[in-house]
Amino acid sequence: MKTTLSWLKTHLDTEAPIAALAERLIMLGHDVESVEDRAAALDGFVVARVVSAEPHPNADRLRVCVVDNGTSETQVVCGAPNARAGMKGVFGPAGVHIPKTGAVLTESAIRGVASKGMLMSAAELALGDDHAGIIELGADAPIGTSYATLLGLDDPVIDLKVTPNRADCLGVRGIARDLAAAGVGQLKPLDTTPIEGRFRSPIAIHLEGLTACPLFLGRHIRGLKNGPSPRWLRDRLEAIGLRPISALVDITNFVTFDLNRPLHVFDAGKLAGDLTVRFARPGEILHALNGREYELDPEITAITDANGVQSLGGVIGGEATGCTEATTEVFVEAALFDPIRTAATGRRLEIASDARYRFERGIDPAFVGPGLEIATRLILELCGGEPSEIVVAGAEPQWRREYLLRPERMSGLGGLHVPPAESRAILEALGCTVADAAEHDGSLTVSPPPWRGDIEGEADLVEEVLRIKGYDHIPAVPLPRESVVSRPAIDPRRRRLELVRRTLAERGFVEAVTFSFISADMAERFGGAKPELRLVNPISADLDAMRPSVLPGLVEAARRNADRGLPDVALFELGPLYRNDRPDGQTNVAAGLRAGRVRPRHWREPAREADLYDAKADALAALAAAGAPIDNIQASADPMPWYHPGRAGRLRLGPTELGHFGELHPDVLEACEAKGPIAAFEVFIDAVQLPRARGARLPLRLSVFQPVERDFAFIVDSDLPAETLLRAARAVDRKLVTEIRLFDVYEGTGLPEGKKSLAISVTLQPQEATLTDAEIDGFSKRLVAQVEKATGGTLRG
Amino acid sequence: MENIDQLREEILREIRQAGSPAALEAIRIAALGRRGHLTLLMRGLGALDPAARRGAGAALNAARDEIAAALAEAGDRLGRAALANRLAGERADVTLPVLTGSPGGADAGRIHPISQTIDEIVAIFGEMGFIVAEGPHIEDDFHNFTALNIPPEHPARQEHDTFYLPPRPDGSRLLLRTQTSPVQIRTMLAQKPPIRIIVPGRTFRADHDATHSPMFHQVEGLVIDRTSHMGHLKGCLVAFCRAFFDMDDVPVRFRPSYFPFTEPSAEVDIGCSRANGELKIGAGGDWLEILGSGMVHPQVLKNCGLDPSEYQGFAFGMGIERVAMLKYGIPDLRTFYDSDLRWLRHYGFLPLDIPSPVRGPLAGGAAA
Repeated sequence: MKTTLSWLKTHLDTEAPIAALAERLIMLGHDVESVEDRAAALDGFVVARVVSAEPHPNADRLRVCVVDNGTSETQVVCGAPNARAGMKGVFGPAGVHIPKTGAVLTESAIRGVASKGMLMSAAELALGDDHAGIIELGADAPIGTSYATLLGLDDPVIDLKVTPNRADCLGVRGIARDLAAAGVGQLKPLDTTPIEGRFRSPIAIHLEGLTACPLFLGRHIRGLKNGPSPRWLRDRLEAIGLRPISALVDITNFVTFDLNRPLHVFDAGKLAGDLTVRFARPGEILHALNGREYELDPEITAITDANGVQSLGGVIGGEATGCTEATTEVFVEAALFDPIRTAATGRRLEIASDARYRFERGIDPAFVGPGLEIATRLILELCGGEPSEIVVAGAEPQWRREYLLRPERMSGLGGLHVPPAESRAILEALGCTVADAAEHDGSLTVSPPPWRGDIEGEADLVEEVLRIKGYDHIPAVPLPRESVVSRPAIDPRRRRLELVRRTLAERGFVEAVTFSFISADMAERFGGAKPELRLVNPISADLDAMRPSVLPGLVEAARRNADRGLPDVALFELGPLYRNDRPDGQTNVAAGLRAGRVRPRHWREPAREADLYDAKADALAALAAAGAPIDNIQASADPMPWYHPGRAGRLRLGPTELGHFGELHPDVLEACEAKGPIAAFEVFIDAVQLPRARGARLPLRLSVFQPVERDFAFIVDSDLPAETLLRAARAVDRKLVTEIRLFDVYEGTGLPEGKKSLAISVTLQPQEATLTDAEIDGFSKRLVAQVEKATGGTLRG
Repeated sequence: MENIDQLREEILREIRQAGSPAALEAIRIAALGRRGHLTLLMRGLGALDPAARRGAGAALNAARDEIAAALAEAGDRLGRAALANRLAGERADVTLPVLTGSPGGADAGRIHPISQTIDEIVAIFGEMGFIVAEGPHIEDDFHNFTALNIPPEHPARQEHDTFYLPPRPDGSRLLLRTQTSPVQIRTMLAQKPPIRIIVPGRTFRADHDATHSPMFHQVEGLVIDRTSHMGHLKGCLVAFCRAFFDMDDVPVRFRPSYFPFTEPSAEVDIGCSRANGELKIGAGGDWLEILGSGMVHPQVLKNCGLDPSEYQGFAFGMGIERVAMLKYGIPDLRTFYDSDLRWLRHYGFLPLDIPSPVRGPLAGGAAA
């Protein structure tokens, strides 16, 4: 919402400078987007008369002019061909800033003749391209007047962000009213004196139902002459970014922006019979004033005559009955249209008009008649003509309502004690009708004015009083502490997410945050793009599916980094994936990938590319941080389809699937245009059972007896899962064995084809007595026997 | 006796001249070993008469002690010389660069600024008794709009640019939450006051340009009890701003605004300066909007089954990327989701830099 300072002052009697007004508006809740001082650039330039223009003694093309600025005469040297005695132009004295160059104009001598200023061209003032000569002003331009004033530019433009609840401030008068209530000047009276009709309107109005249009006032004006608007009206409209068209159109725009009272003016000569407001019929069409054609439906409020739809109520007028320079009689419409229906119509037809913007926020129901009188007066003033009596259809809807404002709510809700008398004064200044409540306890009975449909209860009244008084007055009070020592802010589920996040980062992963939506193609490759998880209105076609996996975003990120010359990537993300559209379908996962080298090339450690075992280690580290008993987690060689079929697996704890890991499938890499191999994992943190509350630990028993370590190597089939051997070894004596570590895998020379050697180191920890050689031997024999039985292998000799 | 003195001098001389621990050991054996010269002389004492025995015995004892001491001293000297000799040969280049990660591993990674900022915000509000709540990203119309006092035709809805999922058989359609506010509704429906929650999370709007991302993060706060008023709202948010920006005197301004779900409503600005085109938080005559807030609208309380004549409270919300950009001087919103390793290493945080108001910020701020 834009206005100029002078426009605002037509409603508000104030001497406050623009900066103070802007500051006050901000603190009233009308955020100021900008204050544009269009005159600043022209500061110092005045209207002046060229008294004499003589040839320069030393230059053919120059003239020596004497310029009168109203208070003194100054000599300037001028090169413009049109400089001549008697003309009026724009004079810049020494010291002004030249808008085009920003340079300061200085006194100088040009070819030996003193020049103490300049007669300006439009180009030099940055007002156009014309630099052929100096500006020539009309003979009536008053000498000494600032040129900015002459142009009507000495009027700053304020751009306000009016919040959706404050429809009343979509008119300049509403803004003035708020400022006046806040003590910044006096609201000037508005002349709404009824204009007597001279004849009965030949056009009547019929309302079919009152929900869409409860009130419609109209007036016929005949014998008028449409033409360009006067200067003041054109200046105002141009200042707020509107293009002046003709007096009749400009008046409707002016009343819309001045008083938040949208109007429509039909060319009565083009109307056929009476006007009927009804819902549009299927297939009806309107050629609108914006030059477009709209097909209507029965949800739309149409204003029709005998020829069909001529206007859409509260949204846009029709071309066929629009005013032109040739218009001599009009029918002026001032009506109320249902906000919801207006909004729906505007949205469906994609029409963003100033009228729609206002009707959908709510128009003053008691200002239909006064608005029409003001518009009539303007039309008569600018276009002449003879007005009819007002035609009325419908009735003013009931808007009067009362709310109680209890003084204790000012402090209890607003946090500020305000004496009832002060609250009353503020509310009255805002246009409320206020009375003491029957209880005589300081409570007020408040009836909001018709233009404040947004006031709907006591909380709104508290806000109004605080707003006018100023939020700065509310003392800041510390929030009382409920416990002396802070309680945990995050529950164990979120606590462990944090631990997983920081654990992965500590392992060298850099955390990424990628979008929750990916392309349907990627979703399909990584688990499926379910129809219920496809966005209807994505911002682009490749961001239209809620992700079934976090990995696609990370693969894409790895590719982008590789494209930038950073092929060695370790990225993870801790975030949601979406299995269905229900709240329980969203689950938190930790996903990560390593591409390129695990480590940079280094003199101490050889560089190595990431493989599935890195991914497995990362996955298990994340699960361990989440509290999963990782010794009991089983890996199985049944990878998800987006992984390499032979170099990936899944992780389970009993029947619960906890995640997957491995090298990504070459098809997937190709589809992502990513270079492989990429070792990735994704673990389902929410699926890990939460450990019981942590309290005292189990008692620790430290054995006084030496542990014993023994190594065993077995020759087994090449495709035997190591897990089979380890499980057999673990089962031999769970009490005695504290650790089994597989420390060597060997295949090749010295072993038969199709065989491999797996070597384990077993730690035995006696609790009661030092182990004897016989006991150790006995254990070894049992272990060898059980492992050989379970694996079909043999102890390596 | 002369014999003994001579022998002693000779042995001491040999000890002085010994060049290695092995030579020294040979001398010890020759003098004090089982068949050593002194040992044999001492054994011979028994054959002497008592007077001579006394004199010779004392002399022999003194000689033996003197030699033993000299051996010990020489042994020590030779040992030190040998060690010094060994150490002189053991020289490593301490200037060789190393990997600072765990032995053999890569360097530590980084925490994303969004995660870190959420942790910072939660740590501060946690000190004020708030606990973290979360909710689903795929929401329904009721929780995201209607219960928040935003009916279907409300102008505020058009400003939300909502992403929708396909219509369901009953005609309703789910949406991606446009704000974290639906978690207010879910919390109030699920538990009785007093409530103090803080809700960080992903939010979505169909908008994409230099200053908007289709996915971004918000944090929402909600306090519901019987007494909290605008003064508490101010106190709480001023305390937050000062703690978050680590600036005790940062000016905080509350100005009236409008949100459908709060009444009265306030926008919160913090002081800043924009001198020379550089934005700096702090007292500087200019203001920067960072928060929306207000007292929970009575209708919202009613929608959640709470009696507005009994309960009241306040709510607030802010953009996490926005406050992270301000605090850490990150210029471009879109870079948060670009996963550029250079950016993440530059603006990210070390894994063990866990925000905690009582510990304060790490010296040097962000990552090394």
